[in-house]
Amino acid sequence: MAKDKPATLQIEAFADHHVITQPNPLRRVLRRVAEKDLDDPVARAEKALARLSGEFKNWMEVETNRLAAAHAAILKDGFTKTTREELFRAAHDIKGDATTFGFPSAGVAAESLCRIIEHAPDLDQVPSNLIAHHINAIQAIVGERTKLDTISTASELSRQLRGVADEYLAYANRDRPEHLEAILAPSIVPAE
Amino acid sequence: MFRIDFNKLRFLVCDDNPHMRRILRTLLHSFGAREVYESEDGATALEMYSHYVPDIVITDWSMPIFDGLELAQMIRQPESKGNPYAPIIMLTGHSEKRRVTVARDAGVTEFLAKPISAKGLYQRILNVVANPRPFIKTKTYFGPDRRRNTASAYIGPERRIGGEVEVLQQPSLLDKARTTV
Repeated sequence: MAKDKPATLQIEAFADHHVITQPNPLRRVLRRVAEKDLDDPVARAEKALARLSGEFKNWMEVETNRLAAAHAAILKDGFTKTTREELFRAAHDIKGDATTFGFPSAGVAAESLCRIIEHAPDLDQVPSNLIAHHINAIQAIVGERTKLDTISTASELSRQLRGVADEYLAYANRDRPEHLEAILAPSIVPAE
Repeated sequence: MFRIDFNKLRFLVCDDNPHMRRILRTLLHSFGAREVYESEDGATALEMYSHYVPDIVITDWSMPIFDGLELAQMIRQPESKGNPYAPIIMLTGHSEKRRVTVARDAGVTEFLAKPISAKGLYQRILNVVANPRPFIKTKTYFGPDRRRNTASAYIGPERRIGGEVEVLQQPSLLDKARTTV
């Protein structure tokens, strides 16, 4: 393994900061290979991921059940710190995982739900149908995924949900510029 | 062309979602890594960080007990006995500009937005291995240089040495939204 601590630190002092440069402790794991080197670690990893993909549907169902359980807790106990966090965490995990698992439309709907939870001024004032429709849509997309003719329907469903949610959030945050900025700003992170 | 000897690297993966941990483990092992340690929360990850001394940390943001952001802040303690310089790759579903900025200011080295891809992860690892940035220590920050590029043609104010802050005026999205609501 690489060294625990850099052997020699070069420290340049300036008026209000220091610049610390260290010899690259990971340099020794780099090796030069010929351009025609056939070993492709990315392709190898993609193949391994493809082998794992047989489990993705089950994983997605586990995530969806968790989301439904979090929603059921809110219907029973209302929005508390705990129930809100669990709903957000479940939706946020689906937002991050769904595309990898082959359910991109579920990811779009989950992202829309995350935005509602994060940016609604008062969750108790959010129309309950708006949240329920997101949950139901995600469940339906995952449950019906095997039917090829549902893919475009799933995409359209998610797109429309996002539109309705954005319209609600823009109106509810019309006097909260910091939230409005966040709602309307595009992601700045490149996909790769 | 360079390749990484993954079998010489030790990884610490921190994510509360077991499915994502499995994906990460699969990708890292496929790249050639042998030593991949896993944690499902920030507190355990910090203990494992001290114990195993990983070369690279890959962490989620949202986690129970304390999150990936707090984990990064705890690792980036310049006076700590552990290694405060290890590269930290934040892998998260958060991709808003504000979040990226907060992660950067916590000392995160690379930010990778989900959905994860083999190519995206490999490129981030290659970047931290091949192109490490110097560290900056100020009263309020310790971590990789947040300026990734040196702009030789830059003629604006030098913010780091003090002086008045120059504010660039940008059109407000609030006004734009109000006209559409």
